[in-house]
Amino acid sequence: MGLDQGRPDQGPAVSVADLRVQRGGVEVLRSLSFDVPRGQVVGLLGPSGSGKSTLIRSIVGVQMHVTGRCEVLGLPAGSRELRRRVGYVTQEPAVYDDLTVRENLRYFAVTTGAGRRAVGRVLDQVDLRGQAARLVRSLSGGQHNRVSLAVALLADPELLVLDEPTVGLDPVLRRSLWRLFHDLAAAGVTLLVSSHVMDEASECDRLLLLREGELLADETGPSLLARTGTTDVGAAFLQIIDGASR
Amino acid sequence: MTGATRDSTTGITTIPPTPISHPRIVLATAGRVLAQLRHDPRTIVLLLGAPVMLNGLLAWILSDTPGAFDQWGAVLLGLFPLIIMFLITSVATLRERTGGTLERLMTMPVAKVDFLGGYALAFGLTATVQAVVVSAFTFSVFGLDVKGPVWAVLVVAVLDALLGTALGLFVSAFANSEFQAVQFFPALLLPQLLLCGLIAPRSTLPAPLEAVSAVLPLTYAMNAMQQLTTHATITDETWRDLAVLVAFIIGFLVVGATTLRRRTP
Repeated sequence: MGLDQGRPDQGPAVSVADLRVQRGGVEVLRSLSFDVPRGQVVGLLGPSGSGKSTLIRSIVGVQMHVTGRCEVLGLPAGSRELRRRVGYVTQEPAVYDDLTVRENLRYFAVTTGAGRRAVGRVLDQVDLRGQAARLVRSLSGGQHNRVSLAVALLADPELLVLDEPTVGLDPVLRRSLWRLFHDLAAAGVTLLVSSHVMDEASECDRLLLLREGELLADETGPSLLARTGTTDVGAAFLQIIDGASR
Repeated sequence: MTGATRDSTTGITTIPPTPISHPRIVLATAGRVLAQLRHDPRTIVLLLGAPVMLNGLLAWILSDTPGAFDQWGAVLLGLFPLIIMFLITSVATLRERTGGTLERLMTMPVAKVDFLGGYALAFGLTATVQAVVVSAFTFSVFGLDVKGPVWAVLVVAVLDALLGTALGLFVSAFANSEFQAVQFFPALLLPQLLLCGLIAPRSTLPAPLEAVSAVLPLTYAMNAMQQLTTHATITDETWRDLAVLVAFIIGFLVVGATTLRRRTP
């Protein structure tokens, strides 16, 4: 390992160059190149089937058949050391629904090496202290998702990768989640958040627009709107596609 | 926990050599599996009640045939834990695979052996409780009488349960649904049951089948139990069976570990 690697405050959180992924003989990600700067909330936007989850899995290091460069916190994606520095929240909440919220967190506190004290902290962060003794199975969908998010927060990750964390949430909950994301970013955490809801672009410092495995945009929201002469990201998305097909 | 340390002044992270296993994670995993079981009282009742009920039924069926229950009751004491743990483990690990929790654990500093070890420990303990409860009923209430020591019967029953757990972990890799996982019982265990010498003594089998039965784990699991019913001491043959059983358990756990993938195709 070089001296400049593994330093928390140097270089982008994620650096991708000519990243390609084959699934079932089809190239689902085609030569993607972009950086995710540290301490920002970066939105990965695109319709379902655009390759968002595959890209997220590549960055977390659980995707096979990845070629090109994909570095996370200065290390190759999937490196053993990254397992304690990167938090990953899958689209489907990956927690044990036949355990209570607290039992889930206590277990994952051991497997992440976070220690028991982290349990109380993350319960407050996702606002589930009142539900700690309840079986996860008895929670609402939004609460269920937040248990999964709490697990990712246990280890105090430097990079938090979230696959569609706000899907199916009511606007109030969605707002409180985005507040949490911004608080985390203010504390120095880098967040990569995927969504198929274009509205959420306004919450992000930077945007990555993905469609059919290709990157349409990699810039800030205002810059995207100015470039396309549009007033919202949905229109900008259409503008880019129309411009490309003309 | 993993022993990775970061020097705060240089920012260099030192990673120790590949950790083989983390005892704390093994214990936590076993505790978590047992907690899931505790939240499911109906499964606990079935785990303990069904084998007791079946052994009682068998004792009743064979009550007019002298000596028959002594022979078959002990065999069932070994067979139940094996079948039940096989089914429970294959479904439980399949749920981990399909529910995303296994993928999540694989993105954490968890060794595959931690995961498997946790399951083996949790179900090994469960099997011990089951063996003690079922044996207590079978020996004292249903009047089972074996020549060998009772503790050895318990040891074989627990090893059989661990064999079931190891096989269940292994086959869950080849199933995409609970439907498929349960089908591995007739596909994988029933042929072994037919060949292990219970239906027909192995020496009477056609030569190719006898050769096949010699490499199947159930043959040794059942032979060990039969030896204990007919011999007052633990024979060399029983020790050999136990050694082979332990080797199969470790072997299937290791092969099972290779089926836990960190990456999605």
